[in-house]
Parts: sequence; C-alpha cells; structure tokens
Amino acid sequence: MPLGLLKYGFSKAHPSKRHFNKPATLKPSYDVVIVGGGGHGLATAYYLAKYWGITNVAVLEKSYLASGNTARNTAIVRSNYLTPEGVRFYEESVKLFEELSNEFDYNILYSKRGHITLAHTDAAVRTSRWRAEVNKHLGVNSEVIYPDDLAKLCPHLNLSQDVRYPIMGALYHPPGAIARHDAVAWGYARGASERGVEIHTHTEVTGFEIQNDKVVGVKTNRGDIRCGKVLQAVAGLSSEVSRLAGFNLPIKSIPLQACVTEPVKPFLNIIVVSGSLHVYVSQSSRGELVMGASSDPYSLYSTRSTLEFKEELMMHLLELFPFVGKLKILRQWAGITDMTPDFSPVMGLTPIQNYYIDAG
Amino acid sequence: MSTNINMRLPDPKGSYLDRTKTVKFMFNGKSYAGYHGDTVASALAANNERLLSRSFKYHRPRGILTMAGRDANSLVQIGDEPSARADTYPISDGLEVHAQNVFGSLQNDRGKLVELFGRFLPVGFYYKAFYKPKGIWKYWDSVIRNFAGLGKVDLDAVPYHSDKAYRFCDVAVLGAGPAGLNAALQAADAGAEVILIDENPQLGGSLNYARFHTDLTQTRSVSEKLIDSVTNHPSISIYTAAMCTGWFADNWLAVMCEQRLLKIRANAVVAATGSIEQPAVFRNNDLPGVMLGTAAQRLIHFYGVAPGKNAVVLTGNDDGYGVALDLFDNGINVKGVIDMRAQPGHSSLAEIVGANGIQIFHGHTVYEAIPGKGKRSIKGALIHEISQPGLVTENSQIIDCDLICMCAGYTPAAQLLCHSGGQLEYDANVAMLKLKQLPTHGQSVAAGSLNAVFDLNAVMADGKLAGWQAAKFAGFSTSQQPVVPDHDGAKDQNYPWPIFKHPLGKDFVDYDEDLQVKDIINAVKDGYDDLELVKRYSTVVMGPSQGKQSALSNLRIVTKETERDLNGVTVTTQRPPFSPEYVQHLAGKSFQPVRRTAMHHRHLEQEAQMMPAGLWLRPAFYGSPAQKDQCIKEENLAVRNNVGIVDVSTLGKLEIRGPDAAEFLNRMYTFAYSKQPVMRSRYVLMTDSTGAIIDDGVACRMDQNIFYVTATTGGVDGVYRNMLRWNAEWNLNVDIANVTGAYAAVNIAGPNSRDVLNTLTEDINLSAEDFAYMEVRTGHIAGIPARLLRVGFVGELGYEVHVPASQGEALWDLLLAAGKKFDIRPFGVEAQRLLRLEKGHIIVSQDTDGLTIPNEANMEWAIAGKKPFFQGKRAIQVINNRAINRILVGFELPENSPMPLECNLVIKDQEITGRVTSVSFSPTLNKIIGLAFVSPDKSEPGSSIHIKLSNGNLIEAKVCSTPFYDPENKRQEM
Repeated sequence: MPLGLLKYGFSKAHPSKRHFNKPATLKPSYDVVIVGGGGHGLATAYYLAKYWGITNVAVLEKSYLASGNTARNTAIVRSNYLTPEGVRFYEESVKLFEELSNEFDYNILYSKRGHITLAHTDAAVRTSRWRAEVNKHLGVNSEVIYPDDLAKLCPHLNLSQDVRYPIMGALYHPPGAIARHDAVAWGYARGASERGVEIHTHTEVTGFEIQNDKVVGVKTNRGDIRCGKVLQAVAGLSSEVSRLAGFNLPIKSIPLQACVTEPVKPFLNIIVVSGSLHVYVSQSSRGELVMGASSDPYSLYSTRSTLEFKEELMMHLLELFPFVGKLKILRQWAGITDMTPDFSPVMGLTPIQNYYIDAG
Repeated sequence: MSTNINMRLPDPKGSYLDRTKTVKFMFNGKSYAGYHGDTVASALAANNERLLSRSFKYHRPRGILTMAGRDANSLVQIGDEPSARADTYPISDGLEVHAQNVFGSLQNDRGKLVELFGRFLPVGFYYKAFYKPKGIWKYWDSVIRNFAGLGKVDLDAVPYHSDKAYRFCDVAVLGAGPAGLNAALQAADAGAEVILIDENPQLGGSLNYARFHTDLTQTRSVSEKLIDSVTNHPSISIYTAAMCTGWFADNWLAVMCEQRLLKIRANAVVAATGSIEQPAVFRNNDLPGVMLGTAAQRLIHFYGVAPGKNAVVLTGNDDGYGVALDLFDNGINVKGVIDMRAQPGHSSLAEIVGANGIQIFHGHTVYEAIPGKGKRSIKGALIHEISQPGLVTENSQIIDCDLICMCAGYTPAAQLLCHSGGQLEYDANVAMLKLKQLPTHGQSVAAGSLNAVFDLNAVMADGKLAGWQAAKFAGFSTSQQPVVPDHDGAKDQNYPWPIFKHPLGKDFVDYDEDLQVKDIINAVKDGYDDLELVKRYSTVVMGPSQGKQSALSNLRIVTKETERDLNGVTVTTQRPPFSPEYVQHLAGKSFQPVRRTAMHHRHLEQEAQMMPAGLWLRPAFYGSPAQKDQCIKEENLAVRNNVGIVDVSTLGKLEIRGPDAAEFLNRMYTFAYSKQPVMRSRYVLMTDSTGAIIDDGVACRMDQNIFYVTATTGGVDGVYRNMLRWNAEWNLNVDIANVTGAYAAVNIAGPNSRDVLNTLTEDINLSAEDFAYMEVRTGHIAGIPARLLRVGFVGELGYEVHVPASQGEALWDLLLAAGKKFDIRPFGVEAQRLLRLEKGHIIVSQDTDGLTIPNEANMEWAIAGKKPFFQGKRAIQVINNRAINRILVGFELPENSPMPLECNLVIKDQEITGRVTSVSFSPTLNKIIGLAFVSPDKSEPGSSIHIKLSNGNLIEAKVCSTPFYDPENKRQEM
C-alpha cells in the first residue's frame, strides 16, 4: 500500500484540499491573461509562475477546466517527428512529461510503451527512414525495423502477406508513451493555482480592447478586464479567437474522431500506428483500446460523431488484429484540430503587440 | 446457497419461453438447464443462482440489476466474447459462460481483498500515489493494468465478416412499446413506409411486463390488438431484437441486428425509446438480490422466474405497487412496500396491495441491505423512517427478505436523441430529466415516456400524434391531427431524493465503477466541481453502461454539493453508441478493392513481381526476386539500347471539355494553356494554396475545347476532387471527367520503338518530321483506336499509347508480338524509376514532400508568370521574396562508395540541410547517381556534400548537373 494513500484511510474527514482555487470574481487587471484553460494555457500559467515569478495571471476558460482538445485527445506522447524543429521541440516535451508526476505531486499515469508506425508501402518505408534518420541525428531513439523485429515487439500483430496492405516495416520509437491526458491539465492547474494564478472557468472571451495595435484589455461574458499581455491558447478555435483580435491565421480546423472499446485485460503493450490504414491504437491502463483514425476530410467546428469513421477504422483494426472482432466499441467522440500548412504549431508573436499565440 | 431450488414459475408464465425445448449450458464449469428463450441470467435465476459477476474495483458480488442488458453487473465472458450481457444473451446448447475479472473462482474471488483496503482507495486514488519514489510507477502501472480490464480477448479468435444491409424509409420508429406501436400504425395509415425497431425479441415494450392495470387481462387485450394491427400492416417493416446504437446527422441510423450492421436512412424518425428505471442509493444496494422493479417484472413475465422468495419493494412512485402485486400474484411473499413518500399516491394498485394484507411503510426507506453469506445474497432489509431528504431517524426495523426491488423513478432513454443534438434538462417539479431540445437536423419527434408522458392512454395518444407528425414531415399529410387527452405528464413518477448516504459507505451511485456517494462528494471537494470534471476524475458514468443507472444520481449529488439549483441542469454529453457495438459488425466485409490493369494477367504470365501503387498493382520488375537487380539492369539497358514497353495504365487520366477548358487549366496548373496548339502536349504542375507541389503530368490538347490530362497514379483522385471543388466556386463552362479506368496505356520506349510501332500503325505517320516530340496524334494501332503521345519521361524516343481499357491486353500482345524480332522487353516500375532518374526527372511525393515549392525543385520554368491567377500563385509570390533554404540537385558518388538509402540525410556542419530523395546505381552510366535536397550554397555542380548513412558514417558526394544521361535531350527527340 503506497504511503500516499494512508491518510485517506485514517482520517475521518476527506483530508485533501481543493486542487484548484475558485476565485469568485475577476480582478480589474492582470499582468497576463491566458485565453484557454487547456493543457497549453495551464502549462504556460504554471511555468510563468514557477520560473518567472509572474503570478498575477488569469486563465480564462469558456467551459469547464481543460474541456477542449485536452479532454478529447488519445493521449500519445512521442518525439519521432519529421522536421528538426519539431523533433527538438517534442523531445523537450517528452522529457518534461517523464518528470511531471513527481514535479506535480500528482500522478499523470505516464506509461512508456514504445510506439510503432507501420509502413505498408515502399513509400511509407522511405518516410519511416526519413523520420528515423532525423530523429537519430538529433539524439532521439527511433529506428526502422522490419517484420521479424515487429513479431517480437508486438507478437499479436498480423504480419501476414495475405492481406490487402501487408506490413513491410515500421518506425520504432521506444520512448513513445501514453498518459492520463486530463491529469496533465489538472496537475498544471493545481501547480499554477498553488502559486497564485487565478483560473476562471465558464468565462468566455468575447473580444479584445486594442489600442494602436497593442492589446490592453480583454472582454468577457463576466465583464471587461485590463491586461499587460495576452496569450491565446485555444486549439480548435484559434482562427475564431484571433479574428476577435483582428488577425487571420493560416489554419484549417478539421474534426479528428476517436473511440474506445470496453476494457479488457492487457494484451497490447505497445502503441501501434498505421498511416496507410489510418489507425492508431493503444491500450489504456484501464484496459480500453483507445483508437483514432485520420482527420475528417473537411473543415468543421462541430464535434459530432460519424458512423463512417467507426466502420472504416474497425475494418482496418481487424486487419491488424483479427482477433478483436468481438470486442465492443463503448464510446466515440471528436475534437477539432487546428491544422497549419506544415503541421507544425504556430507559437510566438502576432501582429498585435503583447498578444502571443500558441496554436496549431 | 443451495442451487437445486427451482425458481421457475408454473406454465404459462414466461412469454419468451418455449418450455418444450430444454437447453443445457455451462456456467463456470457447471452444467445448467433452461428453456429455449431464456437468457443466461434468467436460466441461472431459475436455478436460484444469483451471483453473476464481480465488480470492477472491489470485486463485490453482483447479480441481476436491470434484466435489460443495460448494466455492468451482468457482464460475463462467453467463449471468445468478453463482457457479454448475461441478462440479454440467449442460451443455446453447449454455451460456455464464465465469470470474468475474478482471481480464483466467482464464489471466492481473491480480488475481494481490495475491498478491505477500500478506505485507502479514495476517489481518483491513482492520481494521488504510486509515483514516489521516482520510477516506482513502472511497477504499479503493471499491477493496476492487471487488476483493470474486465474480460479477455481470445488471441486465436477469428472475425466473422458480416455483410452490411441498407434500408430506406419514410418514417423510422425507435421502440415498439405503446407509443412506438401507435406511432408506427398512425404513420403507416397515412401512407408512409415505416420501419419499426425494438431491442426486445417481441413487440410491446412495457405492455409486456409493466403493471398498467389492476387486471392484467386489460393490458393484454390492449397490447394484443395493437401488435396484431402492426404485424399485419403491409407498410410496416418490423425489426425486433434489433438495437439502434447510433442516430447520426440527417436521420442516419445504425442498427445492430441479425449479426450485422443495418444502416437506415429515414426521412423522419419517431423516438419512442421509453425510459430507464433508476436505482435507489443505499448501503449494499449492489448485492445480488437487490434489483430494479422492472427487472423483477421482466423475470416474471418474460422468463417465468420468481426473482426471490421473500420480497421487499422500495418505491417512490405508484409503479412499486404494481411490482408488489406482480410478485404477490406469482406467489412471492411480499413482506413490505417501503414507500419513500410521506403520503400515499392515488393509484388503485395501492389499495389492492393494502387489501391483500401487504404491509406498507410510508415515509420510510431501505437504509441498508443486510448481506447474506459472503455478500453473495441478501438476507434482510434494514428500513428507517425518513426525516428529511437523504436523512433518516433512528426509527428502524429489519425485514427478512432475499429480494429488494427498487422503484425510485426513471430517466428518459434519450441517448439516441442526444447523439444528434437533442438535449435534456432537469425539471425539479417532477424531479426528472426532460427533453429540452430535439435533434438539430429536424424531421424527428419524441413520444411516450421519453417525452415525459406516463399515463397509458396518453402514451398511446402521444404515439399517434408523433406518428402523424412524422408522416407529415415525410410528406404524408392526413387531415385529422390526433389529440392527446389531458394527463399528468411525469408527475409522481420520480421520487426526488432516493439517495441515502451511509456512514459506512458501500452506497453505490455507479455500479460499473464501484463509486459510492462519498466518492462523488469527495471528487467535488477535491475541486472537480463540474459534472464533466467529476466524471473524468471519478470515472462515474464512464463504465460499460455509460451512466444508464448512475447519471441521474450523480447529477443530483454533484448539483447539491456544488450548491447549485437542480432545476435546469443537464447531464454530460451523450455519445454513440447507445449500446456497445461489436468491432466486427462495424467492420463488415472489409471492402478494400484492388485495381488491376487490363494487362494484369499478362504481367503475371511474364513473371512480374507486383507492387502496390495506390489502389493499383503494378509490375515492379519481371523475373525472379532473387535476381531483382539483374532484371532491373537488363530492363534498363533494353530501353536505352533497344526497345521496351511498360504498362502505364495506372496513370491518372482526366478529360476536361468545354469552352472554358483552357482557362480552367490555367487556374488549376502553373503553366499557360490558352495558346497551346491543338495536338500538342504540355507539362502540367499543380501546387496547392500554400504553393507546395502536389501533382504533375501532361495536358494534351485534343481539340480547341478538349484537353486530355494525365496525373500521377496516387494523386489523380485528389486532383479530380480538387478540380470539382474549385469549379464549384468558379463555375467555368467545363465538364470534368476522371477517365483513369477507361483507358489502358503503354509506353513503348527505346531507339527501336518507332520501328516496332510502324508495323502496327495504319493512319498515323510516325516520322520525326510529322510526329515530333511533345506532339499528340489519334489514329489506330492494328485497328484499335488510340491516342499517341510523344513524351520523354525515360529519356528515349518513345510513345505513350492510350487505348480503351477493353483493348489494353490486345495492345500489349500486339506490341510484344511486333517487337519480337527486335527482342522487345517489358519493364517495370523499378526500371522506369531508374530511367527517369538518369534523366533527372522528379517523381512528385518521392522527390518532393508536402512543403516543396517549385523553386526548390528547379521547376520555375513550369510557372507562367503573366497569368493573373493559379492555385498557389499568391503563396509562391510571397515565398519567392524570401531566400529558399534548400534546393533539389543531382549528385554522384565515387567508385566503390557505399550506397546510401533514400531518405539518408545531407549534413552540413552537423546540421541537417536536406536528404537523399532518389538514389540508384545506373548501369548506363556505371555509377551511383541520385537526387538530394541540399543547402543553396552547395547547389552548384561540383560542390561537395556529405550524406549520413544509416550506420552514422558520413560519405562525400559530388553535386552534378542533370540530366545525368543525354544532357542535350537528343535521344527523346529523335
């Protein structure tokens, strides 16, 4: 029995205090206003407070805490990207993730599983090699592997040649991991909150006050506030919010759907992705298969689900794991992804002074 | 517990049963008998086996709860199926049923030790521990993973690939209870084609088990008449044992029935899915023997099984008296009706209960179920007087019983409506969630208890009204709008606070996830004070039943703890599916077409090794895989020195016709086409709105207003889609057709290609003067109508011959026969790639990537500067104002150099400046050549670049100009 749980058994009242503050009102002014209470916004608030001592900060969230894409993603953490910029950035991110539970004093259930991206064509093998070479050059652990190695890593994977798209190889990224995505946001929120950051949920930004191309205030459904600087971190609605500030972004917003099965005992340790088959799948600590496919083929702001998504995904899943036919899909959902032309995030300055962006 | 007690009620009880057929099945290695029509749970109950499963976290014993396939208590492993619903899964001879998620046996599950430590496992306990000291989580992670999970997947299971079926109708009716049956009849009578769907094996819904009248024959006569009319109506198609799992946009319904997915597009939908009975919350409300009132009624009426011997009915509405009467009528000793309401209701059922000598306790509740041995059953109910909502006085007594039926109220089965945008809202006046909004896409209507109508006559009328409305949506107007009589709506159906927190806990809100009242309260105390946050933090409503029994109690508790007003609050988002769906039913037959060219069989006969190219298969090379390199070399040399043919049927082919055809191409592609002469071809290069190269090919002007345009094999579908999309905006006067499959095509190339072709052409002069490079001709090849294109992808004299696909094989045979005396040789994709590499031609998507702009690939020449617009022009103008940081160049390696692989990196001062995009040994030039992205300062021929091999070694290569072969391009223009 871990010591951390003893107090819960031995105290009469529930011994924990609120993880987040609940400020009743907005102050008239903040040094920094962060628009968006998701993973990115909360992390920024946390690090501003922790490393820079900036605590006169408000995080404004239009719905409940971390209710946007942080609540909807499939929780894969990896750094096997393609561009050197991307690889360096995400490698830093993986290193942060690995330490977060202990840093937060809050278990984010970070589970290092290994990550394989299957290649079903010679073009996909080529792309795998490209990623592996870039990763290795930058010190990230990735390697192109072939069916023999795959059989050892993921013994239940269907490596038969008698399928529509036989597996020719894969990009193997041992550090790939999954985490409890909500817990990451909650951990950041708690850490920021403890350091004095105010988190205002159900507070929707309706506009900005901009004077001489400089942001000076934020308008919300709970009143107007003055601000020193603003960070916009509203993945899924970036273009809409930037429009409130008066500038456009090179972003397309596209739904990305996901689903889970009922929980079963562990049989899949590794995270499996197939670009050609548009499948990614991992088994969560609860035992559910968490799955996603490619983005929907059109732009949309609605998080509705479709039947076609599931049909396509299940068809391909059965090709990879033919024995899961009687597993059952329990729930499906969708998030909105803000896609930039080069699939890399847009972070930093904007045409508006003191207005920063974290999007894409 | 003795298991040889027979709980079966006498014939004819049990409307689902065929008592002439005995069925034997196995449960945990022991044989049991039931009747045809029994489910696993009903047959076990008939044998007095109450224990079905162990709970997720504490491994508490669990038994029948809903008898409707809606709870996690009934989850069992059946063969290779994890988490089958024992209460709806029909038994069959030899069926093997096992308990799942037990350590040891179901009777004595060692996992129950977890419950002893329950006090140390607060809500969200896994967030609070297991990470100190650092690194320890790795151990706990695997412990927790092994504890979690319910059933097991059978790694040797073989999927059943079912067909999918499609249906269309004017009106779909979901639910065949009193409302749905009336709706279906009304709509069908109005002329609509109706599909009626119900999850149960028989029509009738609650008419088949609920107590609407004191005299059951009254209910029976209503239902028989209704069911008879519906069954005999020619316009109603009936699907029973059919589960509608999803209601998607524009009335697109997913229905699981007969082992497959049925997809229905309905013009209008009537939702008559009824409501879901809710448990009361008290200590030990989860043990076997505590079940919903409707579960007891289903057991009695569907399966002829007595749910217990001595019963206590806990109720908060008049329906509890119906349950008590049903039990009493079937010989079960009803030891008390515990009515949480201080005042009796007005139902005549209550009077009869009283008249039968059954004790009624008003203003009381069951405060605790007294567990029997091993908690595998109950032996009594501790009842207390209620002092105020959720609290009790010291006034108490124990009633011995083995059954507690809970009748605390209902929640609408609105999940399907909510999939399409329907919304619920709590109405404090009736303590019930009610529909606030119907699906946003319209053409739908709700009826019956789903619509908060509970009086049977009103339900029937509400169904008629809904059927009338749906028929009207679907275009069938009938004159007389049905009238719904005055009724009480949902009044007195729900007891407002059937939640009694116990100081010792085990008062379960969520059975699936083993969450007690204190867990929900503590989640709020921890700061998770939104319904959605409570859900995510505690996992309430996230289990296999998705909150069907827990969402309402959770909503009530969270709202109270956060001191909000219950009136107007809503539940967490409902997502598909309504009920879990088999992966294999969603997957279906796995339709993944393979495209074969007209010459496919010829390639196989000629020992081609085939490779995938998009949906197509293409010959990679001809000959044995062991001699791959040799084959490719010979194919290459045949083209360079003699003549070869390659099947290029997979090339995308588009026909653009109309007065605006040239203008259309001007906008879609980077080059200029207005002045392109007829019977000439011109290169086409397509960029996207960011200026990146996405496709290329050639455009042949067949006539002033007709262009025949080729595209890449993998790109043509995207190009075609792109064209349609853009022209939907531009509205130019053109027709766009994707004719890829309509034409077969062969490229005959090599110095002897003209001579071979000459023997077959009748009406085309092939001489260099009459049919020059980049020109196009139409005519016949041995009688086959053909389009001939002089192109130079492989860099030799050559002709692309396009013929109707039906003639492709004939053309192939003719060319091989005619070429025999020249020793003609078929070549594959590998040789073609090598030949084009020798010419320095790029392959879009191999030598370019998603960000490559034309300048980087030395394609400025393909951009017409004077055009006012083409897709990507603006982006290219902007980008061209900046310095580019990479450029595609040719390179060669010294003799004996190791061979790099495609996508090995180009490194300069430790930094990645590019990559090898194509590389091969050229037998013609007798050296390794390739294309690579390099930094602009290294792009001049003669520059030295460094390539990092996969093993980490750096090798030096020399940049050189392209084409590597025949730099003056004389050979292709011969």
